[in-house]
Amino acid sequence: MGAPLIGARIQRKEDYRFLTGAGQYTDDVTLPRQTYAAFVRSPHGHAKIKSINAAKAKAAPGVLAVYTGEDIAAAKLGGLPCGWLITDVNGQPMKEPPHPVLAQGKVHHVGEQVAVVIAETLDQARDAAELVQVDYEVLPAVADVRLARAKGAPQVHGIAPDNTCYVWALGDKAAVDAAFAKAAHVTKLDFVNNRLIPNAIEPRAANGSYSRADDAYTLYVASQNPHVERLLMTAFVMGLPEHKVRVVAGDVGGGFGSKIFLYAEDVVVTWAAKQLNRPVKWTADRSESFTSDAHGRDHHTIAELALDKDGKFLAMRVKTTANVGAYLSTFASCVPTILYATLLAGQYTTPAIHCEVTAVFTNTAPVDAYRGAGRPEATYVVERLVETAAREMKMDPAEIRRKNFIRSFPYQTPVALLYDIGDYDATMDAAQKLGDVAGYPARKKASAAKGKLRGMGYAAYIEACGIAPSAVAGSLGARAGLFEAGEVRVHPTGSVTVFTGSHSHGQGHETTFAQVVADRLGMPIENVDIVHGDTSKILFGMGTYGSRSIAVGGTAIVKALDKIIAKGKKIAAHLLEASEGDIEYANGVFKVTGTDKQKLFGEVAFAAYVPHNYPHDKLEPGLNENAFYDPANFTFPAGTYVCEVEVDPETGVVKVDRWTAVDDFGKIINPMIVEGQVHGGLTQGIGQALTEGAKYDSTGQLVTGSFMDYCIPRADDVPMFQVDTRETPCTHNPLGVKGCGEAGAIGAPAALINAITDALGVKDIAMPATPQNVWRTLNQKKAA
Amino acid sequence: MHAFNYHRPSNVNDAAALAAKSVDAKILAGGQSLVQAMKLRLAAPTDIVDLGTIKDLAGIKVDAKSVTIGAMTRHAEVEGSAEVKKAIPALAALAGMIGDRQVRNMGTLGGALANSDPAADYPAAVLGLGATITTTKGTHAADKFFKGLYETALRPGEIITSVSFPIPKRAAYMKFKNQASRFAIVGVFVADTGAGVRVAVTGAGPCALRLAEMEKALSAKFAPESVASLKIKSDGLNADLHASAEYRAHLITVMAKRAVEAAMK
Repeated sequence: MGAPLIGARIQRKEDYRFLTGAGQYTDDVTLPRQTYAAFVRSPHGHAKIKSINAAKAKAAPGVLAVYTGEDIAAAKLGGLPCGWLITDVNGQPMKEPPHPVLAQGKVHHVGEQVAVVIAETLDQARDAAELVQVDYEVLPAVADVRLARAKGAPQVHGIAPDNTCYVWALGDKAAVDAAFAKAAHVTKLDFVNNRLIPNAIEPRAANGSYSRADDAYTLYVASQNPHVERLLMTAFVMGLPEHKVRVVAGDVGGGFGSKIFLYAEDVVVTWAAKQLNRPVKWTADRSESFTSDAHGRDHHTIAELALDKDGKFLAMRVKTTANVGAYLSTFASCVPTILYATLLAGQYTTPAIHCEVTAVFTNTAPVDAYRGAGRPEATYVVERLVETAAREMKMDPAEIRRKNFIRSFPYQTPVALLYDIGDYDATMDAAQKLGDVAGYPARKKASAAKGKLRGMGYAAYIEACGIAPSAVAGSLGARAGLFEAGEVRVHPTGSVTVFTGSHSHGQGHETTFAQVVADRLGMPIENVDIVHGDTSKILFGMGTYGSRSIAVGGTAIVKALDKIIAKGKKIAAHLLEASEGDIEYANGVFKVTGTDKQKLFGEVAFAAYVPHNYPHDKLEPGLNENAFYDPANFTFPAGTYVCEVEVDPETGVVKVDRWTAVDDFGKIINPMIVEGQVHGGLTQGIGQALTEGAKYDSTGQLVTGSFMDYCIPRADDVPMFQVDTRETPCTHNPLGVKGCGEAGAIGAPAALINAITDALGVKDIAMPATPQNVWRTLNQKKAA
Repeated sequence: MHAFNYHRPSNVNDAAALAAKSVDAKILAGGQSLVQAMKLRLAAPTDIVDLGTIKDLAGIKVDAKSVTIGAMTRHAEVEGSAEVKKAIPALAALAGMIGDRQVRNMGTLGGALANSDPAADYPAAVLGLGATITTTKGTHAADKFFKGLYETALRPGEIITSVSFPIPKRAAYMKFKNQASRFAIVGVFVADTGAGVRVAVTGAGPCALRLAEMEKALSAKFAPESVASLKIKSDGLNADLHASAEYRAHLITVMAKRAVEAAMK
């Protein structure tokens, strides 16, 4: 064999399919006797449904059915469940308002599904949907996270007084209070972590069908985790046995978290398929995506950092109000708690941390995991506090970080996590060098000569990935396990199909996972295919989110490969008339140690399937193994970002001029794909800090309901990134991998806002730092 | 999109007749605004009269005094035209700033003017250069063409056929883009015509408008400092999520100053 495949820049196997238009997305699946669904959605943020008159719609051309909440109630379909139970500070369970798949009597956010029209064609369904007459009594609404608990605020759900879902806390409050009492300096920030709309390039889509022949359903759906989708839909909503439901999530065009969740439309089309005995397809248009996909972030936080006179961190105190929207989406409850407060130690030895989180309901779309999920929010708290403290104490922002870096591992943080390994000096040193921090003063001068304000900012982030040890997750409220499954099927002539419970919706698993398999088995990568996204093919899977795929899904595959090699050794020992202990396997060859006696992998595979000469007394024929892997710990990717901005003080335009990212993802399988993930993550993070911000008005109307007003960054909004990596292999998985999918989005916002506030000479600026926002901030500074 | 009747006349008089037949008919030029509105079900015309196959509506003619552009000429053609670049470089540059490449390959001059989107770019050039708009019913002076929000001097069934732009001594267009839509939050077109200076702004009001105070200052002295400290009143200017009236007023001054700088280069 040639060079090792792990660590090689191999072009993506899937790209030929995608670039030639041969991908098979959910909307590409059209079944015999296909019908089409259009949803009638609430135009109001909060309203009572007085009546629904569907007579005209039912009589419209091509219409097969119109269903409303009444039909759903009569069919006894359950509501959408939340997958994570948070227990509040008083030991009480969080408030879980019913989340019906079609509204029951009341609507709670713009875009909520009220009725569905199913017709022979999509245009007929949409035309008829306009004929459904819904008589609403509009109610006062609350949308702003800061106003949800205000006195007299409209109540979203009767079962959640003060719109409070839970008040939850983590950390030693007494120790934190004591540390603050003796602090030489306290840095305090009060800010909103802005609401974001995910906007995967492929909108959500679902095509449900039912077969009377075997009383079974098939759902094609744009999902990041088809088994979880099936589990939630069958067990919690429809009361169906899992073996009667197949969920297929083939090619999926991006998710960023928004396709983790079970959505109402998925259930409705599946249920309706049986009612009509015909397949029912729905694909969101972009306007529907804006109002009905789960959004991300939307925190209001007051954060304080206590320091001694030398800049050593003594304690951190964080109070956050998190907007969960109108209903609890699948993982909404754990994002602002378990995935947030546990990351507040960052890369530092801060000995005492306390975080209190209040989750509130509002008349907005549900808020759930979005690329980074909790960890960008935590990094923003920590890295904005640290940089601000350095400025207030007239210390170098890199030096204050170094003064507080964790350097001894494993390290138990005061917020539950146990970091296995890291080297934060290494990424900081490399970022400073690659980013030419030494040359910054000269660049600042050059900018000033052009009338521009230059600023520099750091973010030294950490994230917990490889989610998650199931026992730990369970003790924290998870209502599911978080292991992963893999299966390696060796064919008689030695080629290999691998089935993984991870799901690829842009990550490139078909390439990276094949690299792992081909490297381990010592065979050409062309001999390996990766299959994912179909519950009828994959034994089980928890799916892809939280940068978990290679660390958890990859490890499950490695464990199955170990079993293949172990069985292969037994077969080879028989064929070579040697003892099993004397067989070694390398580069695709089973060899008797110290001799030239050998069998090729293909010969062993053939013997397993044509077992004429075979140890039948000791071994089953065939070469097919599976493995489940439950990780021992999270993985902890970390890194340092340095960015420089140039601000035009006349217009307020921020140009991101330089960006250096040095990440430690542990071992890297395919550096090219990793760089792509970093570029994408950074761009999304830059989007949050600079251009993106979902806005609802006081009646609950989404003001940023299209790309005319909601700005996701374009190529010319971002600089050419300088990226590099340092490597401390993860200590508890066989590949030494940590995950890389979210890092950019986690670290970028803090680095960018640190740079902008540096350029403007202000303590804080709200995200997104749009030109108008920057201009106003400069005016306020002038006036002050 | 709702169903509609589709017509493809071969000459502009037939088009005008078809359009006049129904109150809910719409004339389709490049379709970059109308088709979007139809797809969003915000517009539901009963009849679409497509000008796309009428040959003599597209094309660019340049003589010593003016550049005349057919109504169905795509933005990309104006952007790339060597003749326009030579005669009125600011006009070619403006066309190149409209939307994105796909929009510029489809969108037309006539469509943009007839729609009179408050944030469209072309109205700034038409007004800034004092162009003449020729239609199936006669001609309109630029100064009397833009009447208000999506409102022009065009009468029902009247179709723009071409626009004639006088060649200025020097001119420039400066656009401050909405980050999201890339429409103009403020776009300022400055033209030194030889017989005085014209300054037109788009994006700031209900339709493109001229700035008399700036024209006066620049006619006296065509230099950036003539406008750099001229404060524009924010009363009546557009305000939205992206830019308050005050911010727009401020940007008009900044963009005008930069346009003068660019025109002098």
